[in-house]
Amino acid sequence: MTVKKKDNRALPGKTLMRGNEAVGEGAIRAGCQFFFGYPITPQNELFEYMARRLPEVGGTFLQSESELSGINMVFGAAAGGRRCMTSSSGPGFTLMGEGLTTLATAQMPAVVVCVSRAGPGLGRISSAQSDYRLATKGGGHGDYQCLVLGPASAQELYELTYKAFDLADRYRNPVIILSDAILGQMMEPVTTDGLKWAEAPEKTWVVRGKGNNPRKVIKVAPHTDQELIEWNRNFKKKYEQMTENEQRHEALYADGANMLVVAFGSSFRIALDSVVRARDEGVSVGLFRPISLYPYPEEALKRLLQEGASKLLVVEANNGQMVEDVRLAVCGAAEVIHYGVGGGYVLTPDEIYDEIIRFDRNGRHQ
Amino acid sequence: MLDEILIAGFGGQGIMLMGKLLACGAIYEGLEVTFYPSYGPEMRGGTANCTVVISDNRIGSPVRKFFTCLMAMNQASVDRFTGSVKPGGVIIHNDAAIGSHPGGEDLRFINIPANQIATDMENIQVANMVAMGGLIHVLNTVSLDSLTNGLARVLPKHRHNLIPLNEKAVIKGIEAVEKGSDSRELR
Repeated sequence: MTVKKKDNRALPGKTLMRGNEAVGEGAIRAGCQFFFGYPITPQNELFEYMARRLPEVGGTFLQSESELSGINMVFGAAAGGRRCMTSSSGPGFTLMGEGLTTLATAQMPAVVVCVSRAGPGLGRISSAQSDYRLATKGGGHGDYQCLVLGPASAQELYELTYKAFDLADRYRNPVIILSDAILGQMMEPVTTDGLKWAEAPEKTWVVRGKGNNPRKVIKVAPHTDQELIEWNRNFKKKYEQMTENEQRHEALYADGANMLVVAFGSSFRIALDSVVRARDEGVSVGLFRPISLYPYPEEALKRLLQEGASKLLVVEANNGQMVEDVRLAVCGAAEVIHYGVGGGYVLTPDEIYDEIIRFDRNGRHQ
Repeated sequence: MLDEILIAGFGGQGIMLMGKLLACGAIYEGLEVTFYPSYGPEMRGGTANCTVVISDNRIGSPVRKFFTCLMAMNQASVDRFTGSVKPGGVIIHNDAAIGSHPGGEDLRFINIPANQIATDMENIQVANMVAMGGLIHVLNTVSLDSLTNGLARVLPKHRHNLIPLNEKAVIKGIEAVEKGSDSRELR
């Protein structure tokens, strides 16, 4: 028998992990102690993972009776200074809107995961990027903003979830991880060795019994008109700081390319195949992937326009949501078109390739 | 290199385990890999399939429409997915008695009597591991050692006593395909 032999080069810390599980492990490593939520496909593996893992590390998993109560339990844990998390998909995430705006108003750090599926309405469980607008533009009422991160691999789901807890504490603000059914269901090798076990930092504002100290209060609404104006002034300052410090992106083959395909999450993964093929055939095309979806990485995108990119093909698994942010970022300085299908259709590398070729030759859609 | 593999069969044949095992084997080879299960409103006792993409480069889409290799654990999968195999691709079928095949250009068709071999081993449950042996032999990407290392990762601890049996089944599968008596080219 002749069987091919090879050296064993695998890193000991590399584990085959489902995207949803990678989120869970990232949270555990970050010192998340509480998970509250209500089941919904396609995020249930995260749910199961937390139910299994949290008790092992001394944490608490609790299935709430609804998404509403889940997000409000998160409020309680956050007010007590604990790192905590909830997760859902589009239909359940919508229900958390009120809780999210309340968390943001009271400046409570928490991580909220949205594993999006096809909408609108109840939709289907098939994969889609239908919740971009919901995650980045609010979801709840009022003038608030959450940081939003858009991972594109199991490794990144793990690392960005870990990072999300830091950001939530640093800005005292909810942070959203926007995943989707493809990313959640797929399995990939994840190296967990790189990140240290973390604990929540000491917080002076937590309400956990005052002892002999002055009374501490976490308010969800101000007492006077003037106070609310003051709050909003401070929120604005905070959101400006986020915009200045937290823009993240990845650029591939982008330097000097005439055309950029702009895509996030699973659409980026599919578009990568298309761009590689088009480049092999001599098309001057690169890839731009926003990692932070709020704040949108507009500085990097603008820089690439200065280096010669004049056409932006925005690829999304929806009817056109992120394309609005791209148009705002480039402000007419490049030709921007959208390619995408909503409702759970999985884009293929071939059709994106065709779109690249058409856009390269003709400019505007024919 | 790029292997795009579809493993398909009935629910209960261990299709997902095959996919995860292959993916784990690829990790031990130091390669990039993605595993994607058939996803949707599935039915108990229905069909099952999964996609494994292995490459020495960063992998784009984990979801594929066309494949370089189809590992078909039943006739229904041959009928359904032969049209999804790229020209020059290979179809491995787990039963010597294929009644018919839909044809296709430039396809390599390899039969492995996995059910029969597993029955001879008095353990029909390892038919998937026999097929797995045939699959890694044809792919020539993941070594037996790497695959065996993977077994300890994908099987739960209380099943680790079955690793030697599974390994034996994989080797039987490799040997069966190596003999090559059932391999034929189709034009």
